[in-house]
Formats: sequence, structure tokens, C-alpha cells
Amino acid sequence: MQPVWNWFAELHDRTGINLTIFYDAFDRHRFAEGFVTTVELAAVCIVLSVAIGVIGAWLQGSRLRLLRLAVYWYIQFFRNTPPLVQLYFFYFGVGSFLKISGPGGLAQPLVSNMTWAILSLSFYAGAFNVEIFRSGIEAVPRATIEAAEALGYSRLGADRQIMLPLAFRICLPALNNNLVNLVKATTLAYAISVPEMLWVSNQIWSDELNVPEMMSVLLICYVGLVGVLVFAMGRWEKAIRVPGIGLTARTR
Amino acid sequence: MSRRLGWLEPLPQTSDLPVLLPVVERPISGANTDRKFCPSLARLRGGYGFWIVAALLLSAGVAGAETGPVHPSIVATLIKWTPLLFGGFLFNLAISAFAMIGGTAAGVFLGLGEIVQFAPVRAVAWLVTHFFRNAPWLVLLFFCMYMLPFQVTVFGTTVPLPDWVKATFGLALPVMANVAEIVRGAVQSIPSSQWESAEALAFTRSQILWMIILPQCVKRMLPPWMNLYAILAMDTVLASIVGVNEVMTLTGDALGAESRPELLLPFYGYILLWFFLYCYPIARWTIRFERRFAVDR
Repeated sequence: MQPVWNWFAELHDRTGINLTIFYDAFDRHRFAEGFVTTVELAAVCIVLSVAIGVIGAWLQGSRLRLLRLAVYWYIQFFRNTPPLVQLYFFYFGVGSFLKISGPGGLAQPLVSNMTWAILSLSFYAGAFNVEIFRSGIEAVPRATIEAAEALGYSRLGADRQIMLPLAFRICLPALNNNLVNLVKATTLAYAISVPEMLWVSNQIWSDELNVPEMMSVLLICYVGLVGVLVFAMGRWEKAIRVPGIGLTARTR
Repeated sequence: MSRRLGWLEPLPQTSDLPVLLPVVERPISGANTDRKFCPSLARLRGGYGFWIVAALLLSAGVAGAETGPVHPSIVATLIKWTPLLFGGFLFNLAISAFAMIGGTAAGVFLGLGEIVQFAPVRAVAWLVTHFFRNAPWLVLLFFCMYMLPFQVTVFGTTVPLPDWVKATFGLALPVMANVAEIVRGAVQSIPSSQWESAEALAFTRSQILWMIILPQCVKRMLPPWMNLYAILAMDTVLASIVGVNEVMTLTGDALGAESRPELLLPFYGYILLWFFLYCYPIARWTIRFERRFAVDR
């Protein structure tokens, strides 16, 4: 790799384009760590928010009116307030009550900023996922379930083997959209100093004064990350497509 | 209640074939599902509000009692800072309005650029749209904050660019890309037979677009456009990260001046409540418009 790094150092000498993240070992290391943190944050939030979405959609079908109301207001609250303020609310507001005494008797937060970012962003994206999954379940034709029942499926069996696979395929495009938004929302963790890509880049451009270069790198990295996600999900969507069901059947 | 569909997605195929239902039954069936899954505000009784306020006051009172007599109570502190914070909140709304106007104007042209017949223009418009749609808002905001000069000289006159103008510009960029997609989706959702019949009546392409297609699109674009506005209004707080003096910055200042950790939760909760009160009605309206316009589709 050394020749590549040298080439970027040369590029700096020749043109003034200062990409320290390539030729400076320290910057390279911290940028790589920031990148990994962003990917980690996004991956954990995707898994958690999908789990929240499934549980929420399941609870919304409950017979208890109070439970349905609770899920409804959870969705409305997280959809209609700024995610950044939610993050501050959790990290500074709720976090200030959750303190334990660490070594030396100093109060230290029980929940780290990374954990708060994961929780807050997951709940934010989860609120959208609940709606998405529910609409998917609603879009499965009633007649399909009835046909399954006529074939002797139990309620649970019909749900598990007929309804959920169809519902999942129907809501996958909307889910993709939301997950892309979630990946972009991970930048908010910057505000509570989670060392993700934006935060690290800020450190680098403060030290090296190479704002334009780092900005371009950042934009390319994020567009690339989102591109990978969209590509993978698109492939998956095509791979599990059932002819005649959902969106792909109509658009292609 | 139906999920908010993006403009690119066709309607989900439900078994009750809404097209076949008599015209009157469609809103009724919509209202029934709505009632089943989301309780409307009308079904919340006034009594609930009383209990919520009582619980709030009680909790504030308890928290106030814990802090001792030295400080004014939390509610009193909140009220004391309200005028300042509300001014900041109005500033947020002003930023969102400017960004929305600018972004919409640019987005309409970008969206039309995506459907012109000249392929290179279409390719460039596509690239621009997808680039700004896929970049995080916060990164774009940083980009504009650092990359735009603090003043510009136009024909010898120097115009200063305060940071909030740059923030507005930074927020308008993703709005532009999203509006472009909304426009493109709406234009493409108009049945192609309309283009053909207009061509048969000897309209030119631009006449068809401006006189026949776009007027019909306005109605279809309204719900996603409102949705986008709500998202933008919520994202104006991002400007606090890059140093604009809006509601989050002022909240931070107020909390710094008070330096009482027990205030953190009520203050941030208070700001959350304001945004909720502003954005929730927009969301309800959006759903209502969506349903009303969906009927005659």
C-alpha cells in the first residue's frame, strides 16, 4: 500500500490537494475507525429498528385498545419531533438522571453516548418501520388468508407461512427507503460526540485545515454507503420476488 | 389508514378492490380502517387532557420540591425562558419557510429536467437529484457552512452572507432533490393516454406539460410536499450544530445560564412538545388530503 500513500503525499506537494487520510498514518487510522463506527452504528440501528417495527406492528394488531393507543402515540411522537432533539432529550435529559458513581466517587453516565445514539435512532426509525410493516400486512389480500384457511392451515400457520412472507415482500421497498434515511441519520450522533465519520472528519479538518478535501471525501463516503445498501437491498428484493406480488411485478 | 406511499410506488394491491366499491363507500371504508387503527383526536375526551396536565404539574411540583427553596420551580424557569426560546422557534420556522420556497422552485426545474427528451440533460438531472437525495442533510449543511464564502461581491456591491442564510441554502439542497423526485413521480403517474390524446389535439410538448399535465399534478404533489415540509421543519434544528442561533442553540444557552442539571429533561421535552404541536397537525392534514385526492384517482 505504501506506493499509494506516497502518491497521495506527492499529490499534495504537486497540487495542494491535502488528503491526509491517505498519507498520514494517524489520520488514516482515525478516519478508518470513524468509518467503522458509522457502519457499526448503522448496522445495529437497522437490526434494532426492524425488531421494533415487527414488535410494534404485532402489538398494533392486539385486542387491547390501550396497547394500540400506546403504539399509535409512540409512532406519532417519534415521527413528528426532530430526531436531533430526541437525541438531546435522551442523552442530556434522561441521561442526566442515569448516573452511577465511578472510580473516585465521580458521577459517571450509566449509558454511554454510543448506546444513547443507537437507542434514540432505533426508536426513531422503528416508529416508521411499525407503519411500514403494518401497511404490508394490510396489503395482503384477505382472500389469500381465507384460501389458506380453506386448505386447513391453522391461524398461526397461515400467518407464518402465507401472510408474513407476502407482507414482507410488499413492504420491502418502503423499508429500503426508511433504512436509507436511517443510515443518513447516523450523522446526528455527531451532536453527542459519538466518534463516527462526520465527527472524526471534523477533528481532521480542524487539525489539518483541509475542509474542502474532507468534505468531498465525506460526501463520497456517505453516497457510497447508501449506494451499497440500496444495491444490496435491491438485489435481495429481486431475489425473493414472487411473480405477481408487490411492486416489482407491476413496474417491470 | 393507509401508509404514506412514495410517488414512485404503485398502490398496494388490496383484495377489496377499492375501484369497484361504490364511490360513497370508499371514504367510509377508509374511515373505518382509520378508526380501527388510529384513534382520532376527537375520541380523546377533554378529561384526558386534565389528567395529563395534572400529572405534568404534579411531576414538576415534585421535581421542584426536590431542588429546595433556593431555585425557582421548573415551571417558573420554563415560563421565564419561553419568550426567548419561542423567538428561536419562530426563527426555525422562518428558515424552514425560506428553504422550502427555494428548494421547491429549484426542485420543480430539476424534476422537469429529469423528464426532458434530451438525454444528457436527463442524465445530469438524475445524477444531481440522486446525489443530493443520498447525502445526509447534516453533511450537506456542513458543506454549505464551510464552502460558501461569508460574503459575495455582485457587480461591485458586497453582500454579506450570514450563517443562517448559508444554513438555509444547505437545507434547500436536499429539499430541491426531494421535490424533483416528487415532481417526476407525479408527472409519470398521469396516464400516458393523456399525453397521446393531447398530441392528437395538436398540442405541443411544452403546452401539454404546462396546460394539461402539471395542473393535474399539483393535487397529487401536495401530500408528499407537505410531508417533506414537516421533515424540513424538524431538520432545521440541525442548524444549531453548525452554530446558527436557533431554538436548540438558545436552549443550550439557557441551560448553560441556569446550570441546573434537573432542568435538562424538562427543557428538551418542552422543545420536543413544540415541534410535535407544529408537525402533528401537518401530518394529519397530509393524510386527510391524501385520502381526499385518492378518491377520484
